[in-house]
Amino acid sequence: MSSDKVIHVTDNDFDAVVLKSSVPVLVDFWAAWCGPCRAIAPVIDALAADYDGKAKICKMNVDENPSTPGKFGIRAIPTMIVFKDGKVVDQITGAVGRAAIDTALNRAL
Amino acid sequence: MDNPQLVIIGSGPAGMAAALYASRARIKTLLLERISPGGQMLLTHWVDNYLGFPDGIMAYELVEKMTAHAKRFGIDEMNGEVVSLAKVQDGIRLELANGDSILTRAVIIATGANPKRLNAPGEQELTGKGVSYCATCDGPFYRDQTVAVVGGGDTAVEEALFLTKFARKVYLIHRRDRLRAVALLQEKALSEPKIEPVWNTVVESVNGVNAVESLSLLNKVTGERSELPVNGVFVFVGLAPNTSFLPLEVKRDEQGFILTDEWMKTSVPGILAVGDCRAKPLRQIITAVGDGATAAFAVSHMLTTE
Repeated sequence: MSSDKVIHVTDNDFDAVVLKSSVPVLVDFWAAWCGPCRAIAPVIDALAADYDGKAKICKMNVDENPSTPGKFGIRAIPTMIVFKDGKVVDQITGAVGRAAIDTALNRAL
Repeated sequence: MDNPQLVIIGSGPAGMAAALYASRARIKTLLLERISPGGQMLLTHWVDNYLGFPDGIMAYELVEKMTAHAKRFGIDEMNGEVVSLAKVQDGIRLELANGDSILTRAVIIATGANPKRLNAPGEQELTGKGVSYCATCDGPFYRDQTVAVVGGGDTAVEEALFLTKFARKVYLIHRRDRLRAVALLQEKALSEPKIEPVWNTVVESVNGVNAVESLSLLNKVTGERSELPVNGVFVFVGLAPNTSFLPLEVKRDEQGFILTDEWMKTSVPGILAVGDCRAKPLRQIITAVGDGATAAFAVSHMLTTE
């Protein structure tokens, strides 16, 4: 299992881990009650292994961290946002196949 | 891996039932899935009408049980998206998004359907910012807020009821003057104080800058236009089948649902279709699994009589 490569971010360390990152970051906003979020969890794990060293793959639990999702106007999950140099460069809503996420990440690399 | 005898495309309830029956018939089966098992079951919270669960069951739990059951007698599984398929001399060839290609004797299409869009201005721009097609995913963001549900079928009414757990008020906007949903759901919805039906009405646009602020409505009977302030809108106006990757030879109805006979066979020999992507009168988990079993039986019959 590659899930140890996924970084779990919180409201407290979001700035340091995501916005100040020197490499592109994908953040998957999720919650335990969301079926499609569980469905894409293995995809997120696989991405974390494959992009190791090139991009950070993060997850944020929206139940435990209300402030950051609010800041980015998130009203649907799963939502995946790609950040580069502290800015939003791409956003995907809903459970999508791996190819769509790869495309978004590769644009930011 | 040797060529499979059967490829099942999609692992919602129809595909998983086909996998279960095919594996028990000792057909060498490959189950292909684009994201992860469950299909549209992942979009709902609770299932109250699947036989054998008299107290109802969490949709996700049912997905896990079905997945385990489908695998029990041995199948191959793969993650991948089919971009095209074609009849060739020695069977059917599938092309995948990653460039791989698979040759097989029979294919069961179980690709399901996706929620239809309203096709109203603002809808696409505000998807994920107040426009939603999944109440179980996004409902909790609307605690003590006002939302609208568009639609009048089982899904619309069921999800409107689910949303009353969070929202202060749920408008149920329907283009007719009565609901299409099954009687029990109608009774529940129309006696729920948080739900207010808005009859004979269509959504002309979804309005808002970075979040949904209101809906522009048109009453089809009076011709009256109005603006309804809401924080979110949940759209359940029917299904669009995932069948656009199929060749023209696979006959479909005008909405794209695949036409089959009672064996689930399509117009192309060796290609079958099951579940929500098929033209049929009732799209439920319980009808999907029946389709899956029938199709696997048909394939077994086909392979042994060839």
